[in-house]
Amino acid sequence: MTSLLQAAAQQAPAAPEVTTRIGEPNAISVAFFFAFIAITLGITWWAARRTRTTEEFYAAGRTITPVQNGFALAGDYMSAASFLGIAGLVSTTGFDGLIYSTGWLVGWPVVLFLIAEPLRNLGRYTFADVVAARLRQTPVRIAAAIGTLATVIFYLIAQMVGAGGLIRLMFGLSYETAIVIVGAAMLAYVLFGGMIATTWVQIVKAGLLLGGAALLAILVLAKFGMNPLALFAAAADKYGDAVLAPGKLVAAPLDAVSLGMALMFGTAGLPHILMRFYTVPDARAARTSVFYATGLIGFFYLLTFVLGFGAMVLVGPAAIKAVDAGGNMAAPLLAEVLGGTPFLGFIAAVAFATILAVVAGLTLSGAAALSHDLWVNVVRHGEADAKEQLNVARGATVALGVIAVLLGILFKGQNVAYMVSLAFAIAASGNFPALVLSIFWKRCTTEGIVSSMVIGTGTTLLLIWLSPTIQVDILKHPGAWFPLKNPALVTIPLSFAIGVVVSLATRDDVASEGFAAAERRMHVGEA
Amino acid sequence: MSDLRFQTLAATRWRIAISLTALMVVIYFGFILLIAYDKPLMGRLVTRGLSLGVLLGALVIVLSWVLTWVYVRWANTHYDAGLAAVRREDAAR
Repeated sequence: MTSLLQAAAQQAPAAPEVTTRIGEPNAISVAFFFAFIAITLGITWWAARRTRTTEEFYAAGRTITPVQNGFALAGDYMSAASFLGIAGLVSTTGFDGLIYSTGWLVGWPVVLFLIAEPLRNLGRYTFADVVAARLRQTPVRIAAAIGTLATVIFYLIAQMVGAGGLIRLMFGLSYETAIVIVGAAMLAYVLFGGMIATTWVQIVKAGLLLGGAALLAILVLAKFGMNPLALFAAAADKYGDAVLAPGKLVAAPLDAVSLGMALMFGTAGLPHILMRFYTVPDARAARTSVFYATGLIGFFYLLTFVLGFGAMVLVGPAAIKAVDAGGNMAAPLLAEVLGGTPFLGFIAAVAFATILAVVAGLTLSGAAALSHDLWVNVVRHGEADAKEQLNVARGATVALGVIAVLLGILFKGQNVAYMVSLAFAIAASGNFPALVLSIFWKRCTTEGIVSSMVIGTGTTLLLIWLSPTIQVDILKHPGAWFPLKNPALVTIPLSFAIGVVVSLATRDDVASEGFAAAERRMHVGEA
Repeated sequence: MSDLRFQTLAATRWRIAISLTALMVVIYFGFILLIAYDKPLMGRLVTRGLSLGVLLGALVIVLSWVLTWVYVRWANTHYDAGLAAVRREDAAR
């Protein structure tokens, strides 16, 4: 009987046809958009006058407070995929979407327990500083730069492709125009304002995103007596109890575990996140900032429960899919239903700010790998003056900005969530094992760490190429050589194993003799 | 003395970091494996509008934050006090 009712509910038009102004440029969204650009460029102008040294360009002069860094970390991390993607997924599939809400958060405790404080005490600008602390500079820096750039570029492509599609949907601009606007605004922030401007753009964005999402959630809950359970019950009444139960998403357990591993350990290997720990004065501040970030991000993901089911009940899956098949417009549609065009305009501007802040953080960390790791430490062996370092860093920023725009246009139509999970898989297999081994294991050698990074990154890319997503979904081959969609289940253990085996097979006296001093510095900090 | 104190402190921090990481792994992958292997259980309603899956999902998020709080609280009191003692002894030498 219930199943009959469910079938009937699914066949009947799920919601009255929603008339939406999404996709039409409306004065209010354009006004919010210009207000955001004006404020962030004002911040950039202010920050530019405080950005004269490399320490200011890469690390905001190490003056960011723990609360500020907590917001900035949240702003750096919560991408449009989290806000629009998860809300969309929950509104169209119910419980399955929530699996992502949990997965995107569980990496943060790992960052805190294993990485944040040692990183702050052992490094200056990039995570390669930490890995190279007691190993041979040249090979380690080159390997770490490969891992960093691979992660950053896949992440950037995902954000750019997402930005193009979103802005086209929301403001009615062409895909290419949207990408060029994102690229130009991001370049202005990073080029002139460095980490100071990037930090404040991320703080403003985090405030807007959390405020906007919270307001939206309160408006939803107001319709259900401020009781989330009443909302979930309404969703179950309308679309069946199945919306509160796991569905098709986790059909293959190994796929789910593999994706989970990439999300959990990838967060601790994301170069743009790790770089933020250098902006605070000391390890204690780094530690506290993760606590704030985890609270803010966790709160946001709890809000996605309400936003997703709210959109399911108040807008309806059919109406959401009619606007965008991927469900990405669920949150903006919900805003329009609850607060009319003004609120839609506000949420559209928030989504735009969200993308800009993430893209700026990514570009800055990529530029640091190119200039600080490759140019200054490999090409110039650490002997470059401050002016040259800044010039190279700015040159690298422009190069990455242009590359991001071109790749964004080239990769038009690619699946955004998949590109992001790819970036996480590379970070988890290429960067994370090398970081952990070099920080905590006395016996590790240059050869071991370099093999771990290069083979970790390489096999991840190879197995992604051989995975069903590329071979079956994109290339339309009948089958794939490698069964998993995300390779992390294989590549993370492989990368650790290679680091250990190669280290044991080689000797690095400098590395093992330097361990005592490095261990002391990792806890106590600079003397 | 400073070295012994430091070694003990470093070992304690490592033990706590690895235990909390292991706990996080158990919590999250326990959740994922329950979803993978016992969908009917996760779909069972605890009360009207709340399935076990939704409840546990929210709990995973809250517990992640609680674990960071546990670590930060330990580090801000015991670990930092230990570090301060190590620094004092270093300075006295």
